[in-house]
Amino acid sequence: MSLIDRHVGFVQALREAGLPVSVAEGLDAAQALRVIQLSDRESLRAAYAATLVKKPAYRPGFDVLFDLWFPASTSGMHTQRTDRPLDLETAPVEELRDHLTRLLTGGTDQELREFAQAMVGRFGRQPTTSPGRQNWFSYSVMRALSPETLMARVLQNVLQGQERGGLAEKNVRRRVYDSTRRFEDAVATDVRRRIAEDSGIERIARSAVRPPLDQIDFLRITKADLARLRREVYPLARRLATRLTIRQRKGRRGRLDFRRTMRASLQSGGVPLTTHFRPPRPHRPELVILCDTSDSVSSFAHFTLLLTYALREQFSKVRAFGFVDTVDEITRFFVPGADVVEAMTRLANEADMVRFGRTNYGHSLERFAERYGDAVGPKTSLLILGDARSNYQPPALDVLSSLVARSRHAYWLNPEPTTQWDTGDSVASEYGTVVPMHECRNVAQLTAFIETLA
Amino acid sequence: MFDSPADVTARLAAVDYLSDDAISTSVFLAAALGKPLLVEGPAGVGKTQLAKAVAMATGAELIRLQCYEGLDEARALYEWNYKKQLLRIQATSADDDIFSEEFLLERPLLKAIRAAEPTVLLIDETDKADVEVEGLLLELLSDFQVTIPELGTIVATRRPYVVLTSNATRELSEALKRRCLYLHLEYPTPERERDIVLSQVPGIRADLAERLARTVATLRALELKKAPSVAETVDWANTLLALGREELDEATVSGTLGVVLKHASDQTRAVKELGLPDVADR
Repeated sequence: MSLIDRHVGFVQALREAGLPVSVAEGLDAAQALRVIQLSDRESLRAAYAATLVKKPAYRPGFDVLFDLWFPASTSGMHTQRTDRPLDLETAPVEELRDHLTRLLTGGTDQELREFAQAMVGRFGRQPTTSPGRQNWFSYSVMRALSPETLMARVLQNVLQGQERGGLAEKNVRRRVYDSTRRFEDAVATDVRRRIAEDSGIERIARSAVRPPLDQIDFLRITKADLARLRREVYPLARRLATRLTIRQRKGRRGRLDFRRTMRASLQSGGVPLTTHFRPPRPHRPELVILCDTSDSVSSFAHFTLLLTYALREQFSKVRAFGFVDTVDEITRFFVPGADVVEAMTRLANEADMVRFGRTNYGHSLERFAERYGDAVGPKTSLLILGDARSNYQPPALDVLSSLVARSRHAYWLNPEPTTQWDTGDSVASEYGTVVPMHECRNVAQLTAFIETLA
Repeated sequence: MFDSPADVTARLAAVDYLSDDAISTSVFLAAALGKPLLVEGPAGVGKTQLAKAVAMATGAELIRLQCYEGLDEARALYEWNYKKQLLRIQATSADDDIFSEEFLLERPLLKAIRAAEPTVLLIDETDKADVEVEGLLLELLSDFQVTIPELGTIVATRRPYVVLTSNATRELSEALKRRCLYLHLEYPTPERERDIVLSQVPGIRADLAERLARTVATLRALELKKAPSVAETVDWANTLLALGREELDEATVSGTLGVVLKHASDQTRAVKELGLPDVADR
């Protein structure tokens, strides 16, 4: 494959994996190839990343594809190093594990990668019955070496008599954990490379790339993703807060302060040399959040509670209410400065949101209007988060419309795809006639929603 | 400006900025392709410092535009000297031309465009500015020119080296990103952070710096409201030095936690997760 074909194929694969690479950016990358040393692989990777990847969420996918299109080594070109005390081809597994233990605490990336490649070569091939099937696997490498069981050994080696359980151990654990991840990645990368050599890059490329973080469905989110999402939530909340504030701001500089301007002009014989403005008055929007915390949307609920928590710190006046079939104010759990994980636990134990355990939007809305109706006023933005699935109970549309009429703005974010609205017990469209409803399944859509607010 | 990424690494190191492959390549490409460099990442990873280091390493003048909400053309690009114009009108006949060079007040962007000497233009915290400012930047960043209605188009005599920084609190527009090279800066690896500490704090012992970097990495892995920045790691090293501590044991960490963690809830969490002696006991 010539360089230009490789370049074009790589850019094409990035586009197929969901990265928006424009023609201009592809040209930039080609330009960059002319000025850097192509033999330096990391510099090549950096050059492609700088010109093509403009969002951190796309980076993992980019790295997978880069390793496929520009592999670090190819099979059959192994430089045999004779000075190695350990023969990786024949050494017993125990010795290999010892070697890995050393690499996990003190090895360089390069050593870790080389070791991973050797291990894939030794353990990664599995016999398959059907010809042409991919027959390289990372799980067999992991099963043979089981790096996650090495922690005790590492701790013993490194701490050597130091007190257990303290800061030193935490640091070592952190380090080993990180290196283990790196080792796993290196193995997975090498497995993909070998499969690509056997059956072509394009075939493996399609299945190898996971969707970027901001396109992962809220309802199908894993725990690990959730932890990463938390980091995305804060900036979003801040953005939402600014958006709602900007909407209410009148002039940028404030109005002309006529009196002060005139008085200042006396100095210059009546010519208004300096203009004075009234300081702009920032409007502090109030926010009322109503969120569905039932099990059917539990991962979404978890996310919205995080969002609530983050918003709580941005707005002067936020009141949050959680509901399943009855409603409770949950603001008190999100005191500014409180620990978010702790707040969630307390929330689950103490808040009174569940009567029978089946979501009932109608009842919850009625109870809300009854008990907390005065929370919504002409300065309030009302934000409802939920899937509008009400277990065939009456939706109480009139209650909702009176709430909406009283508020300044109202928005509804629904974590289900639009195509599933109105199926089964969903009353999305009915609610949608009262409150503008937005599909909000991933961070990208939430971001887009926030952008439309201005 | 630079010969190769390796040259970038060497020259940045000469002004005490330790870079890595990604940074050096991006900085080099920005110079070689003549494109602005957008640096994004969490607060305190050395984004602004990078621009300063580039300016210092190349002996260019640094022109800085600090963005904030409500920044407008008048503060970023140019403004007409209203007082001077008014006085001129009063002093002479009204049809005198009051829109000429002499009434023009240069702001950072215009200054960078018109500079004859090599310059580094730093547009700091671009995400803080309103969307309109991005529009303003588009013409500047793609063609290196600005149009002033009364004067016409001013084309750069010498292209400034442009660095934009952003904390990603707001997604910058596609149009802006397309015109820039992109560099995402993360917290440095413990090894690199150790070297940074060693270069910034000359008196510190290597093993203490190593332990410091590892501890900071552990802290960052906790779910904190505000993770410690590189500058705070350096502060921490200085603190230890000033206190004359040779070791980083639990008591020392717990006593000086305030140098790196600036939220009460973060401190409580770190004490709990790392098994430090209670802050109240110190």
